[in-house]
Amino acid sequence: MSEFKAKPEELAEKINYKTPHKSWMDPYIEIKHGSFNYSGIPKNVEYLKLPNPRKWQPTEDEWQLPENWKEIILTGLKERLDKFRSLKIFMDICVRCGACSDKCHFFIGSGDPKNMPVLRAELLRSVYRNDFTTAGKVFGKFAGGRELTIDVIKEWFYYFYQCTQCRRCSVFCPYGIDTAEVTILVRELLNLIGINIDWVITPVANSFRTGNHLGIQPHGFKDSIDFAVEELETIIGIKVDAPINKKGAEVLFVTPSADYFGDPHYFTLLGYLALFHEIGLDYTWTTFASEGGNFGSFVSHDLMKSLNTKIYSEAKRLGVKWILGGECGHMWRVLHQYMDTLNGPADFLEEPVSPITGTKYENAKSTKMVHICEFTADLIKNNKIQLDKSRNDKLKVTFHDSCNPSRAMGLIEEPRYVINNTCNHFYEMPENTIKEQTFCCGSGAGLGTDENLEMRLRGGLPRANAVKFVNEKNGVNFLGCICAIDKATLPPLMDYWVPGVQVGGIHELVGNALVIKGEKERTTDLRGEPYVEKAKEEIETSTKE
Amino acid sequence: MNLFFSFSALVILILLAVIGVEAVKLEFLFGVIIPYVAIAFFLIGIIYKVIYWARSPVPFRITTTAGQQKSLPWIKNSKLESPNTTLGVIGRMLLEVLLFRSLFRNTKAELKKGPKLVYGSSRYLWLAALAFHWAFLIIVLRHFRYFSEPIPAFVPFLQNLDGFLQIGLPILYITNVLIVVALTYLFFRRLFDPKLKYFSLASDYFPLLLLLGIALTGILMRYFTKVDIVSVKEMAVGLFSFQPVVPEGIGVMFYLHLFLVSVLLAYFPFSKLMHFAGVFLSPTRNLANNNRMKRHVNPWNAPVRIHTYEEYEDEFRDVMKASGLPLEKE
Repeated sequence: MSEFKAKPEELAEKINYKTPHKSWMDPYIEIKHGSFNYSGIPKNVEYLKLPNPRKWQPTEDEWQLPENWKEIILTGLKERLDKFRSLKIFMDICVRCGACSDKCHFFIGSGDPKNMPVLRAELLRSVYRNDFTTAGKVFGKFAGGRELTIDVIKEWFYYFYQCTQCRRCSVFCPYGIDTAEVTILVRELLNLIGINIDWVITPVANSFRTGNHLGIQPHGFKDSIDFAVEELETIIGIKVDAPINKKGAEVLFVTPSADYFGDPHYFTLLGYLALFHEIGLDYTWTTFASEGGNFGSFVSHDLMKSLNTKIYSEAKRLGVKWILGGECGHMWRVLHQYMDTLNGPADFLEEPVSPITGTKYENAKSTKMVHICEFTADLIKNNKIQLDKSRNDKLKVTFHDSCNPSRAMGLIEEPRYVINNTCNHFYEMPENTIKEQTFCCGSGAGLGTDENLEMRLRGGLPRANAVKFVNEKNGVNFLGCICAIDKATLPPLMDYWVPGVQVGGIHELVGNALVIKGEKERTTDLRGEPYVEKAKEEIETSTKE
Repeated sequence: MNLFFSFSALVILILLAVIGVEAVKLEFLFGVIIPYVAIAFFLIGIIYKVIYWARSPVPFRITTTAGQQKSLPWIKNSKLESPNTTLGVIGRMLLEVLLFRSLFRNTKAELKKGPKLVYGSSRYLWLAALAFHWAFLIIVLRHFRYFSEPIPAFVPFLQNLDGFLQIGLPILYITNVLIVVALTYLFFRRLFDPKLKYFSLASDYFPLLLLLGIALTGILMRYFTKVDIVSVKEMAVGLFSFQPVVPEGIGVMFYLHLFLVSVLLAYFPFSKLMHFAGVFLSPTRNLANNNRMKRHVNPWNAPVRIHTYEEYEDEFRDVMKASGLPLEKE
């Protein structure tokens, strides 16, 4: 991890909401260590044929921008105003009422006023006013206009990479102004002059080439899945079938690559494998579209489309009927709100029907892609799987709504239904921190790097603090979530703010509770830790008390 | 600085009207020409702006969902917070526009020792905003008693409703109190909340001061300085029927009121006040959450660079073969 050493109490005590003397219109900023991400490496910028590949770092004075950078940005802005009504509206109608000001996790955790959504957007709005509106052209600064300078570009880089596109502000805004939209578009603009971050660029380049963020090649993918099958066999005593690139399967399964590579994602993967085996699903994995996540969506609409196109084209090549998607956050924003528009219509697929229950997924009849929580909730409701809740008895579970499933899909009750059917102890966090008001993990949209750790821990404070509340009140020790970035970044966040809380996916709970025909008597949970015995011991001690 | 700029602008405007009418006797300019110019700016400006917005397409359906989606039949979906039908969207927009639904959600985050974050409900902004907008609407509608002859039927109804407290003579309108209290609150909120003060622009203070100016001049005329209502009506009807007349002896307060209204109208299309029209076009609110049910078409859906399966297999054929993965071409 990084050199960040401040203790939680110290960090929290130093959060100061006092506004500085310096006007926000002064763009000069100090790029603080622990609060920014390293630049995209030239090799991968070049591979993606993006502008201005070069060696540079944000901490350097000279960013080596093209000579006509200003013209590029202003032309790019004009182009985007013409292409996105959202941008025009969001630039023109904010009244600065301040409802959003304390809704951003980065503002709550840092106290930096430019992390108030209103000011984040004003960073762009001021330039828009200066160059694109009558009032701004006549009254300049008094109409809130600011000239575009190199310092403004640096300020944009700093603050638009301190936004995780979580859209919490958009829920509270009386006009629905969506900072995520502004952030995506500013990142697009910055990208035009070669300003980007490696944590986005390299996964995008890898996904483009190998199909997944980590650059795992087809044989590596197969090894991972085979290994998971073996591991599952040691737990349940059955060797499940996990076909890869199988033509003519009924369902294509797409999930974030972290599921077969990351911890604790991996246990969710074991859950999927067990579930698909138990219900006898005719499905296939794919190496070509071996990434559900889409880091392209963190930097531009074009790159989002570039990567997303693989899912439909692979579904077509394999001749499946419909697509099932695993637990992931921004992946599902792209699948739900963009995929059909970008790469549809998916007229080569069929309207999804569950082969197990016969349920028609009317809500996915055009895009033809179903969320795993919708799928599993339907299985449970129709009594197609048997679940032994007590196998999760050592877990006191709370659920972190991931930003995109809650605020871009409205997938709120499905995961809860699954959780309630897989464990006996479920506790909700306070209502202002869940469902559509959920707080981001603080590391989404490509910001989950070690060099950015301080800002992540600050941004994650509201989430962690709500977990701490149920941890102290109800003894919660398991934070369930349905997002790969959550699974990667919540564990260090918990270690810092609420030690002792494990993080895991909902289908890990499913995998634990699932009673599989012909399975051996299970002695461990999917993590390989003894669970039944331990739970019994706990029950005994608690009854003695 | 921003406040000073706005305040000075208002003072200059007031002086302009007072000097113009009292000293230079430019009643025709302030009573006829400026109002006509202002109305022209207002109407043309709004139309221009809405067309400017509408010229850009809505490439993606980016609804912000604030409730349960429509998915499985046995899961109750939130028809207004996450609408999947046009009717639901209309309902959501009505709640937003008439009752400020999103603002009603407002909370205030506080960081206490521990650290402990608490989120208290914070509805004063919602209340003041609602009070101001509704009072303003009712006041504008009440003014139709001046604009047309015969007086439209809804006017006496609104007057009775608005004056039901039956206090004073002329009877006190509740909206007059509300609008002043709400605007004053909204103004002082900007001054005394350090966060708001930090990001408030001149164009945030100015409309509040201007509206307060309009409300106060109106109130002064109604309850204190008094004006010759008959002459005012004659003039207003004249303006609206394009046969302008400038009756004698209306008094400077009326011209001041009319001038400030004219400034508001002319300023309107160039300002944030356009939120009244823009909110209807906001794609996070006015689109249904039916993304996977119904395809949304992007008119400029541009082709992008892609990496095809063939290219992929060409690059990885050997390793795929070695690990026994099926191939398109051996």
